[in-house]
Amino acid sequence: MKPESAAPQPARDGPDADVVVRSRARIARNVAGLPFVGRATDMQRQEVMHMVTRVPPGTAFPGGLTWVNVARTSPLERQLLVERHLVSRHFAESTVPRTVGIDRDESLSVMVNEEDHLRIQTILPGSRLREAFERARAFDLAAESVIDFAFSSRWGYLTACPTNVGCGVRLGVMLHLPGLRFSGEMERVKRAAKDMHLAIRGYYGEGTEALGNFYQVSNQLTLGLGEDELLRRFEQETLPQLVDYERSARRALAESNPMLLEDKVHRAVATLRAARLLGAEEATKLLANVRLGICMDLLPDIALDLVQRLLLQVQPAHLARMDPAAADEEKGRSARAQLVRRALRP
Amino acid sequence: MKCDHCDKPAVVHEVVIKNNTTREVHLCAEHAAERGYQVPAAPVTQLLAQFAGQIPALQAAARRDPAAPARCAGCGLTFAEFRQSGVLGCPGCYDAFMPQIGTVIERAQGGAVHHVGRTPHRLEGMADRVAMRARLLQELDAAVAAEQYERAARLRDQLQELGEAAPEGGAS
Repeated sequence: MKPESAAPQPARDGPDADVVVRSRARIARNVAGLPFVGRATDMQRQEVMHMVTRVPPGTAFPGGLTWVNVARTSPLERQLLVERHLVSRHFAESTVPRTVGIDRDESLSVMVNEEDHLRIQTILPGSRLREAFERARAFDLAAESVIDFAFSSRWGYLTACPTNVGCGVRLGVMLHLPGLRFSGEMERVKRAAKDMHLAIRGYYGEGTEALGNFYQVSNQLTLGLGEDELLRRFEQETLPQLVDYERSARRALAESNPMLLEDKVHRAVATLRAARLLGAEEATKLLANVRLGICMDLLPDIALDLVQRLLLQVQPAHLARMDPAAADEEKGRSARAQLVRRALRP
Repeated sequence: MKCDHCDKPAVVHEVVIKNNTTREVHLCAEHAAERGYQVPAAPVTQLLAQFAGQIPALQAAARRDPAAPARCAGCGLTFAEFRQSGVLGCPGCYDAFMPQIGTVIERAQGGAVHHVGRTPHRLEGMADRVAMRARLLQELDAAVAAEQYERAARLRDQLQELGEAAPEGGAS
């Protein structure tokens, strides 16, 4: 995992790339005959790790998976995995024996001993929900060929938290919603999302802030509808509706107050090109405004994929991995500013 | 025990402690009523017999009481612990905490109470296999009854190939 070469980024003209930053599918599974992770002994947790790391990944993952024993990683490496969204914060901070398998292009990660024995997750840049789901399902099927998963004909796949029971599938997208945020519509969208049984969370998932107006939207229902119906509804109904709301809000903002929009965008570019000290949070917020400017055709000279890459590289662990001196907060602020200045040099 | 004032059996028994001295009072129904005691309409033995008859019903009510501590036999988790953490201990908890867990799921899942998605491969076709096995057994009986032994042997081979159509498993 090289911090300087971030995971594949959306093309400038990728479908819905102006709003949809990335797509994510996650499947929760538990091994039959064993307690769930929270109630299992360390020996049972090791047994699960032993089973899952021996799953033949099949043709969908030609390079196989690289298994990382998380207990043996440094805090910096764990933070790097969180910043890449390859593991959850809960998983990184847990103290139980655990491992994560990552495929060659870092799109698939399999967390073993998170809340459930297996959390199979695929993240792809842009609006590629179906592809993300198919990749996660490929590993799920490979695992199921050698492991008996806990299942009941009434409840479906059994999970530690009953909110995941059923198909155990959670589909999600990270959306950039500055238009809705700036126009004060976000609360209304959140209420509507709740009625549609959707969860809206912050940048790093549950309990985190919507830094830079990036929101993670995912389904809350996992029971009563099959995986394919879930995917169809999310892809054909939920997502287009949210993308339309955001685009309308951006258009309305550009028409009603173009100066405000342009000021936000150009002020962000100017600050990023001039700043000598930059915190991770400030850099994220400013880069998010630059991203908006690119998508609104206000910044023809800056590429979207460059901004996407910078959004990752300015995160503390990525920066420290590129320059160990940047682990120091003050030096990090200076290194971050320098990195961004060079990248956005006119 | 007899009444303190006559030879009739005492139905009221009282222990009076006054100025560090203890005195026992035993009265029959009539003398108890004279002194203002409320006398039970039925003898104690009869009351006890009635109470004993109610015990199974009381025990059943205690079992139904949602406040009664429920524990999963598989992992030892109590329902109170689940309510605190929101996380179950093992697949068996789903059965152990019915019907409470059913209510929790229904509420969390927008009213849904049944899985309609994919089934694990190992359980797919299980219903078909059970039906096929039943049909082959029926045909085998008919073949034996008709003394068609070659056909019966073929059917027996087919049954062996089909293997045991085991019931659903994995939820524990």
